[in-house]
Amino acid sequence: MSFRLEMRENASVGLRLGVSLGAGIVALLLVAIPVLFAGGSPLTAYGLMVQGAFGSMFALSETLNRATPLILTGLAAAVAFRAKLWNIGAEGQLYIGALAAVLVGSGLLQMPPALLIPTVMIAGFLAGGMMMVIPTLIKQRFGADEVVITLLLNFIVILFVQMLVEGPLKDPLAMGWPQSVPLLAEAKLPKLLPRLRMHWGLITGVVAAIVLWVMVRKTVLGFEIRAVGENKAAARFAGIPVDKTMLKVALISGGLAGLAGVGEVAGVKGYLSADLSPGFGYSGIVVAMLAGLSPIGTVIAAIFIAAVFVGADSMSRATGISNYVADLVVALSLLCVLVGSFFLRFRLRYDRKLEA
Amino acid sequence: MTDIPASALLSLENITKRFGPLVANDGISLSLQRGEILALLGENGAGKTTLMNILFGHYVQDEGVVRVAGKNGLETLPSGSPGAALAAGVGMVHQHFTLAENLSGLANIRLGTEALLSLGRASAARRKIEQIIAESGLTVDLDRRVADLTVGEKQRVEILKALYRDAKVLILDEPTAVLTPQEADGLFVVLRRLAANGLGVIFISHKLGEVLAISNRILVLRAGRKAGELVSATADRRAIADLMVGKAVAEVTRAPAKPGAALMAFDKVSLRQGASRQSLRKVSFELRAGEIVGLAGVSGNGQAGIAALISGLAVPSEGELLLYGKPIHRADPRALVAAGVARMPEDRQHDGVVGTMSVADNIAIEEVRSPAFSRSGWLDRKAMRARAQSAIAAYDVRCLGPDAEARLLSGGNVQKLILARVLEREPRVILANQPTRGLDVGAQAEVHRRIIAARDRGAAVMVISEDLDELFALSDRFLVAHEGEITDAGPAEGLDRSTIGLLMAGHSAAAEGLAS
Repeated sequence: MSFRLEMRENASVGLRLGVSLGAGIVALLLVAIPVLFAGGSPLTAYGLMVQGAFGSMFALSETLNRATPLILTGLAAAVAFRAKLWNIGAEGQLYIGALAAVLVGSGLLQMPPALLIPTVMIAGFLAGGMMMVIPTLIKQRFGADEVVITLLLNFIVILFVQMLVEGPLKDPLAMGWPQSVPLLAEAKLPKLLPRLRMHWGLITGVVAAIVLWVMVRKTVLGFEIRAVGENKAAARFAGIPVDKTMLKVALISGGLAGLAGVGEVAGVKGYLSADLSPGFGYSGIVVAMLAGLSPIGTVIAAIFIAAVFVGADSMSRATGISNYVADLVVALSLLCVLVGSFFLRFRLRYDRKLEA
Repeated sequence: MTDIPASALLSLENITKRFGPLVANDGISLSLQRGEILALLGENGAGKTTLMNILFGHYVQDEGVVRVAGKNGLETLPSGSPGAALAAGVGMVHQHFTLAENLSGLANIRLGTEALLSLGRASAARRKIEQIIAESGLTVDLDRRVADLTVGEKQRVEILKALYRDAKVLILDEPTAVLTPQEADGLFVVLRRLAANGLGVIFISHKLGEVLAISNRILVLRAGRKAGELVSATADRRAIADLMVGKAVAEVTRAPAKPGAALMAFDKVSLRQGASRQSLRKVSFELRAGEIVGLAGVSGNGQAGIAALISGLAVPSEGELLLYGKPIHRADPRALVAAGVARMPEDRQHDGVVGTMSVADNIAIEEVRSPAFSRSGWLDRKAMRARAQSAIAAYDVRCLGPDAEARLLSGGNVQKLILARVLEREPRVILANQPTRGLDVGAQAEVHRRIIAARDRGAAVMVISEDLDELFALSDRFLVAHEGEITDAGPAEGLDRSTIGLLMAGHSAAAEGLAS
């Protein structure tokens, strides 16, 4: 008797959904083990996490605030991965987008908010986009691997930003803190509700998800991106300009990550510093994978991951269990999704071997 | 291989193998005698490869037994173990060679037969191999790197590998697909000699001619079942073809060509970019309206370059490629498609369709930016579906509908999809690259009929094929590719296989004789 793997002909929508949901649940179950070791009750801990993430208007606002950059970096990863362009550089693109927002929005241009906000967003989008277009060009010209380039660029960009906020961009009024000059009030993204941190970046993220969803389904560009991602050789043979399509994908992907950076400076902090992002770019990859690269799914997955982080912080304050639990949940959900996607492609068959 | 009694070497009894709902092998039995060459003939998907994979231990059968001659007569072979098959004396030469390119022929033959530490003792092995070579006529330079050997020599190394392991049964999967007719004849001589020495050979093929030439007995498979078993000496071509498809195949007939103006012309075209199998040297020829030009040649002699140029994937490094008298300067498949060039790719699964996209998407893919299927960047899904629906009906593409994923289609249906995509536009120039490779007899006839119909409508057609029978069935005129050069062999009338074969092997004497 043995187990055997068989290729699936088709994975249904329900199955895809099940894998994403299942991955989250299995991750939570696995993390219950270290929680037990830390002397806590998993049920209480998870109960507190849910309360911390969704228990009040304030908690919900914090979760959605946290989800905002994750939606955008998640979309950045999803759109690139669809085209088999491995953008691991959303973290760097986020910082460059934030930097562009500060450069444009801290006094260089004097405009009313209705003009300045879009300008700042476009600047952030283009700057982030260029951070992905350039590695893609290098890949196309010289065959260099974009995974390596974009991953390493993250560190270069963060060090560069650190240099700027300790040097030329340093805010003289910040009492020595390494942070940039602040954005003008006209450049800041309005809050969604008074006294809560949720801001218009969230709407931007959700709109971006819908736009991407429509683009993939209804437009020629979406058609070409799918064809290039699924079978480059056939796309090229059919006359789809593969390199050009990849560059468009790179611009969109990097641009979305750049917008995440704009949201963080213009919506939350008001200035740039080297600790702007606690790894939103990397978590975006987990978000996209959890969502099965679906744009709408990305929004939901981003809220899940954000809730885990926000909930874990609150739970940790109440129980003394470390909030590293959140990182564990996120990392394990990614692993579970990877294992789960294997079962999207294969089914496990229970096999009685023939007697020889 | 001492004396040769006509005794059984191998017997497969009632082999059944299911893949989900598909029955790949349905109660198939076969036996093989010492010294016999048995041909296993069938369309693609008839179950030939599945059956051989069961014999060789790659698959486990659901029912049935494999017995191989051992010390005590026929012994049951444990299923699912290639190691046991090898030990029992079953050797297999796959269609795609399994050789380490950077090792010598000798090392490849010995690889895996000896323990790691004894690898130094080459002399005994060499003596044994040299004896096999002397007996069989499989001459090969044992010390050359496999990468430097010709395809025919590589195949000989593969056969030697099996014989070195004392194979009693040799399975050859489509062995002539990569050979010139002369090389194939050489292989047949070797196989007859091996059989005379007592080896049992199973020869898998879908080419009727060579099966009749080489085998003693023919086993025809159809849709996973044994459709018939014949003695080759008395078998008749048509009867076998009918057995393979299960119905009488209408012969494709065609009227003589009425060539018109040159629609596409190669003028001293050289191509150096890309892989070396693409490179061309000062190639000149014309494709004329209402004429089918067949390009013969052993694979890798420049056909890929010609195909890339006509497909719009490359532009000449030197010389000019003219379409309707105007030179092409940019590699732009879309422009060519819009200008009325139809292109069927060599590897239709790899280059022809995006498997995870729908049938409708794959039919529209070449013209997705044209007004037929999109307006200012938005897809016209309705038009795409309508086009797909009519194509499915007109070309008999067997699928679940326009929304079915293309990867679920069989090879023949993928080719029908591509035909529907490119022929529906009434193209003026057609490139058919290996148009029926891997297709069954019925689908082949259908593709041929479509190509001839397009010619009769006035299209200029180039057919590139490794199957000479196909080229003779279609071509009005022959070109032969050898090492990046193209020889014009002239009108098909008055040409025979051996003339083309000599040109394929690069015999310039024949070329000079023809040029006059």
